[in-house]
Amino acid sequence: MAFERQYLSPCARRARETRSIPQNGNNPNHMCAVALTDPLTVGGRAFRSRLIVGTGKFSSPEVMADALAASQTEIVTVALRRVDLDAPRDPIMAFIERERYLIMPNTSGATDAAEAVRLARLARSSGLPPFIKVEVIPDPRYLMPDPVETLRACETLVADGFTVLPYIHADPVLAKKLEETGVAAVMPLAAPIGSGRGLKMEAAIAMIIEQAGVPVVVDAGLGVPSHAAAAMEMGADAVLVNTAIATAASPARMARAFALGVEAGRAAYLAGRAPELSAASASSPLTGFLAPHGG
Amino acid sequence: MLFSKEFDPGAISGLLSRTRNAGREEIVAAAATGAPTLESAARLLAPAAGYEVETLARLAHRATVVRFGKTIGVYAPLYLSNECVCTCTYCGFSMGLPIKRHTLRIDEVVREARALARRGIRNILLVSAEHPRLVNPEYVAQCVRETKRVVPYVGLEIAAADEPDYARYVAAGCDGVVLYQETYDRAIYAEHHLAGPKKRFDWRLDAPQRASRGGARHLGIGALLGLADWRFDVLSLVTHARWLERHCWRSQINVSIPRINRAEGGYVPRRPVSDRDFVHIILFLRLALPTAGIALSTRETPALRDQLVPLGITVMSAGSSTEPGGYSRPGEAGEQFELEDQRSPATVAARLRELGYEAVFKDWEHMATARPQGAGTTSAGAGTTKFGVAAN
Repeated sequence: MAFERQYLSPCARRARETRSIPQNGNNPNHMCAVALTDPLTVGGRAFRSRLIVGTGKFSSPEVMADALAASQTEIVTVALRRVDLDAPRDPIMAFIERERYLIMPNTSGATDAAEAVRLARLARSSGLPPFIKVEVIPDPRYLMPDPVETLRACETLVADGFTVLPYIHADPVLAKKLEETGVAAVMPLAAPIGSGRGLKMEAAIAMIIEQAGVPVVVDAGLGVPSHAAAAMEMGADAVLVNTAIATAASPARMARAFALGVEAGRAAYLAGRAPELSAASASSPLTGFLAPHGG
Repeated sequence: MLFSKEFDPGAISGLLSRTRNAGREEIVAAAATGAPTLESAARLLAPAAGYEVETLARLAHRATVVRFGKTIGVYAPLYLSNECVCTCTYCGFSMGLPIKRHTLRIDEVVREARALARRGIRNILLVSAEHPRLVNPEYVAQCVRETKRVVPYVGLEIAAADEPDYARYVAAGCDGVVLYQETYDRAIYAEHHLAGPKKRFDWRLDAPQRASRGGARHLGIGALLGLADWRFDVLSLVTHARWLERHCWRSQINVSIPRINRAEGGYVPRRPVSDRDFVHIILFLRLALPTAGIALSTRETPALRDQLVPLGITVMSAGSSTEPGGYSRPGEAGEQFELEDQRSPATVAARLRELGYEAVFKDWEHMATARPQGAGTTSAGAGTTKFGVAAN
């Protein structure tokens, strides 16, 4: 235990100390037990799954519904701009089971704070939950979020009673400022949306996680389950995946793979990783027969 | 800074001749880079690229799916007027052609928009011939405002305007501006645009930039294939798109390459583009402009449209009529050109589904303007909401 304490990061230590982790590594129900005792809490609600799934880019609503089920997610994001409030039966919403998933509308399409606020209010007035993923993106090519307008939108929406989750650059100062406004989580990007390039912003995300007082959801750019696992190993509280699942040859199988990656990464984080050393460290020390130095 | 001042046709021609003999390996390497330089992109137009269409198609397909998903946006044009003061050799609305002329009254525009909305259309492109007196800024702004009450996305494809007028249209609810240069070859442009304000090549060339400054979020640019050398026109189109991406970074750029179709004037294209070349062009555009939308019109046959879907197309029109009033009262005015694909939006959506794509009718919400009361074809009654009880 002393060894673990020496090498665990402050976040991992905090997690180990505050959560009751089953110590029996041979228990086949270990994963399940971890999920039950280690919920993700956002906006006062607890979730077993730490994988949030987006609903864009799927080839059909049925394929989307199968992928959502396979991912075991409990939170799905929906672009309000895609939802047809005027259609008798909206093609996306009809395929998302309301009892099973928390629907978190996003403000995709908004290019400034005023538009994001307007979309959020429209979502709430149409009966969607008051959870809102704030996306303020003035740049249609690289889809980079606007930090200034995002902060403004969040200030207004928090004051308005929303549970706010802003999509941001991996900017540690912005993350802290947003936290001060009262957002429920921050969602830094790993890489540009849809790029599948993985944790390009790793160093900055590590700073955000290290300092965060709210959950950190790594969003955008995760291309394969190992990327998601790596984010979770770092101590991210959850990840959001859309393109990598929706555009896979088999979205449902990829959704399941991401669920496993997230679970493995979270379990590894809670287990506390062994230190990374530049030199070899034998698992059976050659000088173990000697009495401890000075002992 | 204006594109018309920077556009150098000599440089485009030079680039085409330098890269004409590009070998197959160079071509595949250029296609695989993801974001090729203009020089690299030009190699994709070399004749040898014709032997590599399958390789280019695989790369283009993957690039499109990753960026845009397995979805195709669907829109419909709504023709406001076929009254025109321009004489253009290839156009069915050209002044002097003996067709029945009509400019829709505002109530007729609303009736047309509602007819489209009933068919599921949520993205309407208002199209008009050029008539400064009848299709004036006040009229256009009013058409935009009223259409916006019916559907969440309204685009405009009308005569080139100045920046204050574009700003006025945007304030009325216009989300995107479409304006094709037709051809980037000045001499050939002059040969086809014989009279009227459309003669002004540079004014038209700089219009997308003015629209962006006026606040248009989406800019559609394009070349009308069949007028000039297609390699010159599509490489110029890519140059234009890239210039706009740099200088009008807030606007999403979409490109389109309609092929000249048979119209009332009986124009026969001087430089017809074969189906094989057309496919080559779409692959080139996708690989040279990885983040641009590519629009496909109903000018193409249903069979070809189906084949083109996986290659890079991101939006297509469906159930179109090119006749003012053609949705609610067809047959009362002349049409701009004959359509090959006359399938309804629902039929197009069903076919896309068979092809493994979702037809996306709605991909926009009222952003800059407040959502009008009672918008759309149905609306929830007082005290109820679309998705349950509103949480306050």
